[in-house]
Amino acid sequence: MNTIALVGNPNSGKTTLFNALTGTNQHVGNWPGVTVEKKEGILNFKNKKYNIVDLPGTYSLGAYSEDEIVARDFILKDEPDVVINVVDATNIERNLYLTTQLLEMGTKVIVALNMMDEAKEKNISIDIKKLSKELGVPVVATIASKKNGIEKLIEESINMMSAGNVPQNKINYGKDIDNEINKLKEIIENSNLNTEYPSEWIAIKLLEGDEYISEITDKNILKIAHESGDAIAIAAMEPELIIVDKRYEFIGNIVNKTVKKPKEEIITKSDKIDKVLTHKWLGLPIFALIMLIVYQLTFAIGEDILQEGLNAGMETFTASVESFLVNVNAPELLTAFITDGILGGVGAVIEFVPLIAVMYLLLGILEDSGYMARAAYVMDRIMRSLGLHGKTFISMLVGVGCNVPGIMATRTLDSKKDRMIAILINPFISCGARLPIYLVFISAFFPKHKALILFSIYAFGFLVAIIMGKIFSKTLFEGESSYFVMELPPYRFPTLKGTLLNMWDKVSSFLKRAGTTIFAVVTVLWILSVLPYGVEPYSQSSILGKIGTVIAPIFKPAGFGTWQASVGLFAGIVAKEAVVATLGMVYAGVEEGAQLVTAIQGAFTPLSALSFMIMTLLYTPCAAVIGTIRRETNSTKWAVFTALYTFAVGWIISVAIFQIGGLFGLS
Amino acid sequence: MANMPLNFFSEGQKGKVDNIVGGEKISKRLYEMGFNKGTEVKIVKNDAGPIIVSLSGYKIAIGRGLAQKIMVSQ
Repeated sequence: MNTIALVGNPNSGKTTLFNALTGTNQHVGNWPGVTVEKKEGILNFKNKKYNIVDLPGTYSLGAYSEDEIVARDFILKDEPDVVINVVDATNIERNLYLTTQLLEMGTKVIVALNMMDEAKEKNISIDIKKLSKELGVPVVATIASKKNGIEKLIEESINMMSAGNVPQNKINYGKDIDNEINKLKEIIENSNLNTEYPSEWIAIKLLEGDEYISEITDKNILKIAHESGDAIAIAAMEPELIIVDKRYEFIGNIVNKTVKKPKEEIITKSDKIDKVLTHKWLGLPIFALIMLIVYQLTFAIGEDILQEGLNAGMETFTASVESFLVNVNAPELLTAFITDGILGGVGAVIEFVPLIAVMYLLLGILEDSGYMARAAYVMDRIMRSLGLHGKTFISMLVGVGCNVPGIMATRTLDSKKDRMIAILINPFISCGARLPIYLVFISAFFPKHKALILFSIYAFGFLVAIIMGKIFSKTLFEGESSYFVMELPPYRFPTLKGTLLNMWDKVSSFLKRAGTTIFAVVTVLWILSVLPYGVEPYSQSSILGKIGTVIAPIFKPAGFGTWQASVGLFAGIVAKEAVVATLGMVYAGVEEGAQLVTAIQGAFTPLSALSFMIMTLLYTPCAAVIGTIRRETNSTKWAVFTALYTFAVGWIISVAIFQIGGLFGLS
Repeated sequence: MANMPLNFFSEGQKGKVDNIVGGEKISKRLYEMGFNKGTEVKIVKNDAGPIIVSLSGYKIAIGRGLAQKIMVSQ
């Protein structure tokens, strides 16, 4: 199957084009070894299939971030048959910068000149034929959001696949640099340097001071490259800056010949909206209001409407499975395993699908509309004063739904330091799965101050996260926090298709987890609760009960040193949803409801209940989060570290609450 | 023509990027994001928090620390 790769700047409409080409035929994964998302899909065109790879959105193909390295390695090593370069027509100079780098790579490029409708609105006219001639590659005008020009783009791409030679359009870097490039190229060709990259490209990258290429080049060549660079620097200025300048000069010449822009910028609707949304004083309250609405809608639609329907469906399903198993005389243990263990446990997780789906739908709309960039802008002021990056706050907000996507949302942070801190503190943000735990304890002890206590718990989680972030930035990670530089894309109406596809990505990965990890763990927990054979399920004499008895003394200073509470917390490491279900089983033999509340009132005091809630807020995140941290940091060490330090923080704070509360005579 | 860091400009003012006095990596990044020499920048917002500039119509938010390193001529 032939492969077509998509490259382009962030916000150039690349993902919209990808959706238009592949439809629902897409698959999201990770690039091997790095934490960059890989999107692939299949295009069906005239009875033939093509593999479409959506490369990460980048401004350049240097070595600034993992994204850039992934994109250029794919182009140079995997050699896609054609590369479609998505160019934002309203912002052509900067977008063509990436194009110049593609031309240098000697790959087959087609330019999709996208967002032609917005360019027209801004009175920008572009001579497409001339642009194509000047660049030496085909240019197709498209409006990806309206599917305009897509067919022509595909046809051109297919034509190009069968075309023999790669278009050649060299940038003139000036005599000095061109001489050095040729010299280096020759040396590289005559050396035994074995890379999959073209030698002229390596030569340019060495002069640009590309860290990644410098590392893989042998020392002798590197030394010559440094000498070349120094020679140029003495004659003019740093070669890497001359190279960038020359690329812009090349672009400038082309743009002068082909693009007509109005002299004065038109004040767009986006500008007017921005006046309000990024306002010095209004920005923050508006952001708070928008988030409040998102959470309210999430609970109103996701929980009250959809979840109730789903629960009723699950109950009916469980009941009919149970009666079927009884009818066919299945062994009692098997029936119990399937209904209590699997359907009870996995069901508890599936219950959260509506919540997650609605939350992602809303967050996706905010993202696609361009608002999220403004939110990061508004929050940067506060976060910066705390030593954290503005985008960290976005990942924390997403974490309120679930920490797994919260941690994945840290991908937008450029510097490793900022990103690591954002990952490590995310588990303190209380996710949706912890909510039922608080609800049970609050109903049992603080029914009069429901909203206040709940809000305080969430706020406390944010506070601990921010404090730990500050500590980490001073101790664990050296170096300066990265600069804040971020594009504010124009506001756009999100497309229905894009939003739904995005939501489906998230929900399906959640479902996959429920079907694999959580299924496995629920099974193990259930087995532990019924062994040794013949024991009363979920009693202290079961293995699960014995584990709880062993752990219990650890929690004595925190006020909940019972085997039941310990078992609940133990189950919570698997999945936070399991805490309430487990407590229900060990305390009352019920899964939830009024009986559990009564049982909790008997087993806890208001103070130990508070301490227990804080423990569940802060202690070790669930297995899925630990797994995500391992994947995102590419390190088992950091995953284990997070599991342990969050436990320590939770334990210390809940012990402090119980002990200090005791000193004041509270109980 | 005075040369001033970007954060010295106030809302609505225009200027041309002259040079960037920062580390190689961040300088190159800014060039690649469109802050190349001679580009016209318009200050859209400069009050509290990051500065918002418009580079031929598209907007970029820049932290104040970084804005200090971008020298702009009036």
